[in-house]
Amino acid sequence: MLAVARLRFDRNDERVFGPLDFVVRAGEALLVTGGNGVGKTTLLRVLAGLLRAGEGQLQWHGEPCDSLPADGIAFVGHLPGHKADLGGIDNLRFAVGLHGCRHGVSPITALAGVGLAGFEEVPAGRLSAGQRKRLALARLLLSPAPLWLLDEPYANLDRDGITLVDRLLAMHLGEGGAALITTHGAYAAPPVRARELLLDTQIPDPHDLNRGDAVESA
Amino acid sequence: MNTPTLPRAAGAMLARDLRLAWRRRGDTLQPLLFAVLVVAMFPLALGSERARLAMLAPGAIWVAALLASLQGLDALFRSDAEDGSLEQQLLAPVPLSLLLACRMLAHWLTGSLPLILIAPVLAQLLFLPNYLLAPLLLSLLVGTPLLVLLGSTVAALTVGMRRSGMLLPLLALPLYVPVLVFGAGSVMAAAQGQDWLGAVLLLAAGLALAVVLAPLAAAAAIRIALP
Repeated sequence: MLAVARLRFDRNDERVFGPLDFVVRAGEALLVTGGNGVGKTTLLRVLAGLLRAGEGQLQWHGEPCDSLPADGIAFVGHLPGHKADLGGIDNLRFAVGLHGCRHGVSPITALAGVGLAGFEEVPAGRLSAGQRKRLALARLLLSPAPLWLLDEPYANLDRDGITLVDRLLAMHLGEGGAALITTHGAYAAPPVRARELLLDTQIPDPHDLNRGDAVESA
Repeated sequence: MNTPTLPRAAGAMLARDLRLAWRRRGDTLQPLLFAVLVVAMFPLALGSERARLAMLAPGAIWVAALLASLQGLDALFRSDAEDGSLEQQLLAPVPLSLLLACRMLAHWLTGSLPLILIAPVLAQLLFLPNYLLAPLLLSLLVGTPLLVLLGSTVAALTVGMRRSGMLLPLLALPLYVPVLVFGAGSVMAAAQGQDWLGAVLLLAAGLALAVVLAPLAAAAAIRIALP
């Protein structure tokens, strides 16, 4: 689905990451791991098109492109991405208006799908940190985009929440989607076909460890 | 409904902003109250002599409208930048400029339109002759959207800063000067029995230009300013 060659990003003449080479195939998750400050978030923001790469080639479904198509990616970052004064359902309806809707899913079923049934009208600002994260995940459930870019999706979530992320990933990858997931913890072990991309400040080369069919249930 | 279309995305954006304004209606009405208070200061400072107040009324109401339009401008894009909504708008498969144009429209509808509706009352407060009401309302109707478009573009430039403080008014006010000159000037011209429509038409020409260019400029500014 996505192929990246010699991708590099510099901030004020200082190397943040790269050059990186990796591919993300349909039905597969790429876990971007590494300590704090190695550029995991920056990599995701570059791929999302929020930052401009210093150098490198992107290929989307085999076609070279300058940036990934906006209707091809769904991004969930550190920031919640919804308005604190609006209810969950209003926030999701807005997301659908902006990004489109996955076939067979509605804002109401998406809220129920992330365990927020009954919180439709509660302003997002009054939800707990974990519930807000779930609301952001509901956006993924609604998004028709094939490639998910997830920045630390496991942060702030309880055990059920972690299972929820794994379940969403399994569903999405099962439908032929793909995901790029940054994580710094070893607890991220989605029960899906996943490979690991280790970012490191010392060694610029990526370590592409094939984890094969790592099946673990959380 | 699978793929987002331009009208649907624009509608969603407009609906969200209007709903937000309704949820925070206390904050939304602040510019209006501010403008009313500014206008109410003039009789207090200048005394209640009818002729003098009537002469100053167009300028006073225009300055009040201009200052009121600065309110809430700082938070217009910054609030979206802080909670990540702006990222999602940048990543939407519709042009950012279209979404920003909808936000500017919502900002005008909630911030400036109530002021225009209450302007006849303000005019009475300052003894503005009735035959000048039409030029005043028309100039405000054409001029305030122009103020919003100019101000939003400047607000987009400062969105990368944590707090812009006085910087936003300092950057926006010089751009407001021509609008003020032609807006208040048209009412003054009408008061002197001259042709006042010319100044309003000039404002309308500026508005037509800004409607096209301001959202594009604001979109470019946000792409640069967002860290």
